[in-house]
Amino acid sequence: MRSDPAEYELVAPGSLTKVVSLLAEQPGAWLPIAGGTDVMVQYASGKLAAHRLVSLWNLPELRHIEVSDSEVSIGAGCTYADLRAHKVIELEFPLLTTAARWTGGIANQNRGTLGGNIVNASPAADSLPALLVYEPELIIVSARGERRVRYVDFHIGYKKTLLAVDELIRAVCVTRGLTGYTSYARKVGARNAQAISKVCMAALGRLASGVVDDIRIAVGSVAPVPLRLLETEHSVRGEAIDPALVSRAAEIAVGEIRPIDDIRSTAAYRSAVVRNLVTEFLQGLIADRQGA
Amino acid sequence: MSPLGAQCEVSFVVNGEARSVLAYPMERLLDLLRRQLGLTGAKEGCGEGECGSCAVLLDGALVNSCLIPVLQAQGSKIVTIEGLAQGSQLHALQQTFLDCGGAQCGICTPGILMAACHLLNTKPQPTLDDIKEGLSGNLCRCTGYSQICEAVAEAASHGDDG
Repeated sequence: MRSDPAEYELVAPGSLTKVVSLLAEQPGAWLPIAGGTDVMVQYASGKLAAHRLVSLWNLPELRHIEVSDSEVSIGAGCTYADLRAHKVIELEFPLLTTAARWTGGIANQNRGTLGGNIVNASPAADSLPALLVYEPELIIVSARGERRVRYVDFHIGYKKTLLAVDELIRAVCVTRGLTGYTSYARKVGARNAQAISKVCMAALGRLASGVVDDIRIAVGSVAPVPLRLLETEHSVRGEAIDPALVSRAAEIAVGEIRPIDDIRSTAAYRSAVVRNLVTEFLQGLIADRQGA
Repeated sequence: MSPLGAQCEVSFVVNGEARSVLAYPMERLLDLLRRQLGLTGAKEGCGEGECGSCAVLLDGALVNSCLIPVLQAQGSKIVTIEGLAQGSQLHALQQTFLDCGGAQCGICTPGILMAACHLLNTKPQPTLDDIKEGLSGNLCRCTGYSQICEAVAEAASHGDDG
C-alpha cells in the first residue's frame, strides 16, 4: 500500500547544529533521511514506521572529505559518487572505491551516502566490509557533544547499532599510511549491477619474509552484522603462508560465519563461497610473494 | 491517520523554466513531475530505485525521481526527458536511439536517455564498459541492450552531446 504524503512531515533545518538540536528536543521523534535510497523505498511500500523526518541531504558539514597527514575524514553525507571521485581514497583506500562502484547503479551512487549506509546497517551492504578492514573511527555528534567510536564496535546486532536516538554520524575517519598491502574484494551476486550480494568480501594482507605480518578479512551477508573474521585472521597472523595454512584458514572462516537461507541465497552456498573467497585471497598472497 | 504534514511551497527550475508549486514535502518528485507539472516522460517502473525508468537530472546528477522527496529538490535545476530536445531538434542521443533501434515499448527509454546523457556529460568518449556501467541502473525488459549501447556509442562518436 502506497504511503500518503499528507500523513508525513519532512523538515530541512539546513545546518547540522539545527538538526542535532531538533533530535535533542524530541529524542526518537524524528527519523533522519539523507539521500533517501533506503528510507524512500520503505516509504513507497507503506512500511515506513516513522512519520516525522528530518533531512540531512547536502548539509555542508557532512558533505566534505578532509585529508590530513594522519587520516582521511569522510563526511557521513558524502555520496558513493563523491567517494569514487576522490583521488586520495582511490590511491590509499582502494577497497572503498571498489565498494562505492559496486553499490547500486549511478543514480543510487549519486544519492546514497556512506553515513546512511552505516546507520541503515544492512549486513548485505557492499561498502561495510571494505570499511571494516580499514578499521575506521566514527565521529558521532549530538547536542551533548562529540564522541569517537571504533567502527568495529558499532554494529551490535541485526540492524542494531551503538547510535543513540539523538545522535548522528558526522564523519568516518580512516588512518593513512598503509603500505605494502595486497587488497582483495569480491562481490558474488546474481548480476554485477544493482543486485544485492549473496556474499561480499573485502580483505587486506601483508607478508614480511613469507610470514603473514598483518591480515584483515571482512564479509557481508553471512551474519546479522558485517563481520570481521577475527579467528581466521588469528589463525594465519604470524604464520608462514603455504597451501596447508590456506586450507586450514578457509575451514576456520566457514566455522566463523553465521549464514542463513533467504531470498538471495542459501546458507550452504554462502559457506561454500566464503571458503572459496578466503582461499582465493590467501592464494593471491602466495602468488604475490612468489612474484616479488 | 490524521494529516501531519502541511503543504509547502517548492520552487525549482524544470527544463529551464522556473516553477513554484504547493506540495507535501514527502511527495515524491516523480509524482509531482507527472501529476502537477504534466511531465509524464519519467515513468514509474519499480518505485524502489531499481529500474531507472523515473531517472532525471537533478543539478546535473542522475537520480531516480521516485526516491526524492520534493523538499530535497527545493532550489534545484531539474532536467527531464521533455527538456532534452531543443524545440523540434532532437538531442543527438534521441536521434541515435531512433537510428539504431534503441527503443521498443518505450517505458524504460526516457530513463535510459537521461542516464546516457549523464554519462556523456561526465565522460564524452566512453568505452563499451563505461556505457554498460552508466546504464547499469536502467532495466529494459523488451530488448537486449545491444542496440541501446550502440546508440550511445554512436552519439558519442559524433562528439556532440548537446
